[in-house]
Amino acid sequence: MKYIEPHAHMVSRTTADYQAIAQVGCEALCEPAFWAGFDRASPQGFFDYYRQLTEYEPARAAKFGIKHFCWLCINPKEAEDPVFAREVMAMIPEFLDKPTVLGIGEIGLNKNTKNELAIFEEHLEIAKKYDQAILIHTPHLEDKLKGTRLIIDALNNADVDRSRVIIDHVEEHTAPLVLDHGFWAGLTLYPESKCSPARAIDILETFGMENIWMNSACDWGISDPLAVIKTALEMKKRQHSAEIVEKVIYDNPKKFLSQCPNFKL
Amino acid sequence: MPTKKEIQDLYFMDARFKLLEIASFLDRVDRHEGEADFRHPAFAKALAAMQNPPEGTTRAQAVHLAFSDHSSEPAESAGIQFAFGAHNEEVGS
Repeated sequence: MKYIEPHAHMVSRTTADYQAIAQVGCEALCEPAFWAGFDRASPQGFFDYYRQLTEYEPARAAKFGIKHFCWLCINPKEAEDPVFAREVMAMIPEFLDKPTVLGIGEIGLNKNTKNELAIFEEHLEIAKKYDQAILIHTPHLEDKLKGTRLIIDALNNADVDRSRVIIDHVEEHTAPLVLDHGFWAGLTLYPESKCSPARAIDILETFGMENIWMNSACDWGISDPLAVIKTALEMKKRQHSAEIVEKVIYDNPKKFLSQCPNFKL
Repeated sequence: MPTKKEIQDLYFMDARFKLLEIASFLDRVDRHEGEADFRHPAFAKALAAMQNPPEGTTRAQAVHLAFSDHSSEPAESAGIQFAFGAHNEEVGS
């Protein structure tokens, strides 16, 4: 079953994970810049990270026939110090011309603070200045509803092209907010938080199969690089046709990502 | 699309298992010493919301809403970097 993994943090995964997802049909994978499980001590650490995302990981993925793309930013968890964040953001433009960069992401909010919001809005200005698509992280658990509302307000104020914005990690209470405002929505499949396969399919059945994708967001934490394909199998158990399954796990991410000039299968 | 019975065939045993996990978790908290924190009343509130979701709200949405921070202004600073899973009404946003 061919599919696209639209959100995975492979810098935290083993090469065996690339092998495993290739064996079950992964054709392309997108890696947003994120928090690595610890705060980096200097902006220079991000320069190395951006090189890893734009040079090393594409080569590692290619050994298994997987096309690797990435999104660049400073993640919201390390954006609470705006001086530090702005030093990192100043490096982003020099990487935007790299052949596998899709846009700005995963930006957003973590604890819904004033500093996080200011840096989020400055990322939006970079995206607009360089005509980049945007991938957005929404906060965890009790912070998700408030954060999603703040993010949507900021996007409305920034007057971005909604068709080129995906707001990720939606759940039952935030999926309608995101979709009703005309943005794309991402469902993240985690073993202990966010969505289980069954709940993700409930959300698809309730809010529709348009402008939505599913991802594993596998990283250094408890997560499953095979989550997308396992959910596809669950969709078959729920009597969804092969065409609908392919739409959700391949056609939809391809449709959104094809708005990024560098995304080529 | 599957019928109600087919959905039960797929998920009843799993849901039954998870319901017993919740019951045992609550028994475990009751059985141990000390005071439970703000997460305990938040959990009870979410269970009640699940059984009686507001009009136009699904049970899953009602549970999310019961655990959520409903304030609207950005926080002054992060304080903690993680999430507890339930909003602490006493601390605020």
